[in-house]
Amino acid sequence: MSHSNWTANFLIQVSTNMTVTHIDIASVTLWQIESYAWQRFAELAVQQNLRWAAGWAEQIDKQFFINACFEKHGEYVLLRTIIDDSNPKLPSQATVYPAANRSERHTQDLFGIKFIGHPDSRRWTRHQAWIEKNYPLRKDFPLQGTPVGITPPDRDYPFIKAHGQGVYEIPVGPVHAGIIEPGHFRFQAVGELILNLEERLGYTHKGIEKIAEGREPESLARLAGRVSGDTTVGHCWAACMAMEQAAGIEIPARAALIRGILAERERVANHLGDIGAICNDVAFVFAQMQLTRLRELWLRTNATVFGHRLLMDTIVPGGVACDLSSASCALIKNDIAELRMELAEVILVLDLNSSLEDRLYTAGFLSEEIAAAFGTLGYVGRASGQDFDLRRDAPYAPYNRVTVKVALETQGDIASRFWVRYKEIRTALRLIENFIDQLAAGDLRGQWKTPLAGSEGLGIVEGWRGEIISYIRFDADNKIARFYPRDPSQLNWPALEKLVLNNIVPDFPVCNKSLNGSYSGNDL
Amino acid sequence: MLRMFKKILATGVVTEQLTIPKDDELEQLGIHIKRYIDKKFSGSIAIRAVDAGSCNGCELEIHALNNPFYDIERFGIHFVASPRHADVLLVTGPVSRHMQTALLRTYEATPNPKWVIAVGDCAACGGEFGVSYASCGAVSNVIPVDAVIPGCPPTPLMLMQGLLGLMGVKK
Repeated sequence: MSHSNWTANFLIQVSTNMTVTHIDIASVTLWQIESYAWQRFAELAVQQNLRWAAGWAEQIDKQFFINACFEKHGEYVLLRTIIDDSNPKLPSQATVYPAANRSERHTQDLFGIKFIGHPDSRRWTRHQAWIEKNYPLRKDFPLQGTPVGITPPDRDYPFIKAHGQGVYEIPVGPVHAGIIEPGHFRFQAVGELILNLEERLGYTHKGIEKIAEGREPESLARLAGRVSGDTTVGHCWAACMAMEQAAGIEIPARAALIRGILAERERVANHLGDIGAICNDVAFVFAQMQLTRLRELWLRTNATVFGHRLLMDTIVPGGVACDLSSASCALIKNDIAELRMELAEVILVLDLNSSLEDRLYTAGFLSEEIAAAFGTLGYVGRASGQDFDLRRDAPYAPYNRVTVKVALETQGDIASRFWVRYKEIRTALRLIENFIDQLAAGDLRGQWKTPLAGSEGLGIVEGWRGEIISYIRFDADNKIARFYPRDPSQLNWPALEKLVLNNIVPDFPVCNKSLNGSYSGNDL
Repeated sequence: MLRMFKKILATGVVTEQLTIPKDDELEQLGIHIKRYIDKKFSGSIAIRAVDAGSCNGCELEIHALNNPFYDIERFGIHFVASPRHADVLLVTGPVSRHMQTALLRTYEATPNPKWVIAVGDCAACGGEFGVSYASCGAVSNVIPVDAVIPGCPPTPLMLMQGLLGLMGVKK
């Protein structure tokens, strides 16, 4: 991919429309504009095919800092505007970028900032745990809130209704039939056909952003590792990267390689589980049994080598908390060889199975246009032609030492997402071997430096679901002032509402599994 | 098709023997059993897993109970899709305030006699999230809890031993 320096040209173009102040912070290009031009910037950005990647706000004294993060060709620009807290409002970017829709609603619910012209200003993250016109992420809102008795259900949420003869509604959740996270899905259907799906998430909102405030780096890393339990390495890495940028420290080369190994191991474990679960959702239990077996073996090696099956708390600010002995390296390599052999056998069976072919091909179709419009990430994006992977396009240590082959499919159906995952397992196995070969003796953890009050960092890593963006601002005394983690699920969930259309209701579970969004990572 | 049968045969049975933990071993595991499940349930319990706001880590390990290594169904423990079919609620997560009513209703929908097991550190004591404007903390802050299986997340082995211990399975 060409890495043309689009930022310089774009800055010239934008500057003819508005005043842009270029601010130097360590990690990223930061442009500050006036709030009235917030939407105008988005219009110019979409013309240049910039991807809207993340949005969040922050309260500092009597002001709100509003941020939006854009990306093109692996280069990121952080856009910021500052508004007064007396009557906080600014033009919405969601009118231009559908990807910004839920993010702006989240900011609206938690900060009380109004996005003028927003196409859908219904509440999103707020159900009934706090009352309207109370905003938990404002500094004057107490951590404990003011809960009165039992929090009532969010009964009156205005769902979109379909009308007409034979149209009916199916409410599903928040407590689901399987062993999965809670969320609500509202289907409008005719016969078995899905006319519309509306997601209602926010059930697992645990106040992660609020309880992050005032933590020290170690404690923040532990919290980040629990934003989404299946992505503990990814989130912990992104948060640590942001903190390390703010502190201005580099991690040792050995620590970076071990982080790479951990992240790829997490990717493999999740893809193994998901490939099995996708097949299970179309009643092909052989795959589920074989792949959960392979996943279990993989997790047991995690426990033996790193001391935790899901690899929680293995990444710490400044480096890693675990080392790899040469015996462990040999064990990992041996495991990889066996997994390759077994996977080849199992995948061949799946590939040749006509009932799987019948159920997975053409089902759950997500077009390239819609995937692009929603900024869909990871295997969901890559199965719909979105050729983006940070490990190749904006490589950070240790990916700057290797060549990453990015899996890409353009069919956009469940089968594509299945095959992208399989290819990603193969790539990950090669990467782990590669990282092990490059391991040289060295420190596991750099010396921590207390960052200056106000220091910021933006950690961006390719988690197993796709790009994770983690924003950190430090207060004085090594304390966190603001933590915002953007899980890839936040951008992938809306794609589910689109890809289930014209599928039958009984295919919803497999459609959902092929995307496998995190509820917890979305709700925060 | 032949390839599939060949793979099934070659894989064989991987299910592992499990020793039923003694009471003091359970104590060592940190599993505090408040009371044993009624004898008449011994040999068969139906579990409804409820995620009341967890990070999904505990769910991954509860899932693993059904993989061929643990195969928890051989002990008569199976997961059901509705609380109305359940003897036991396996509740994970700090209870988010947005899930409080849903959890209460699930509890009410479960027929008596019923038991509640809080799974994971968050369910046990609030864990990393504690009590806040958005979280009720421990499951016991919302519904009565009969047993706790701590861990972040508890391993499938800990889950299994906790469940068998609770069932009062005698070897």
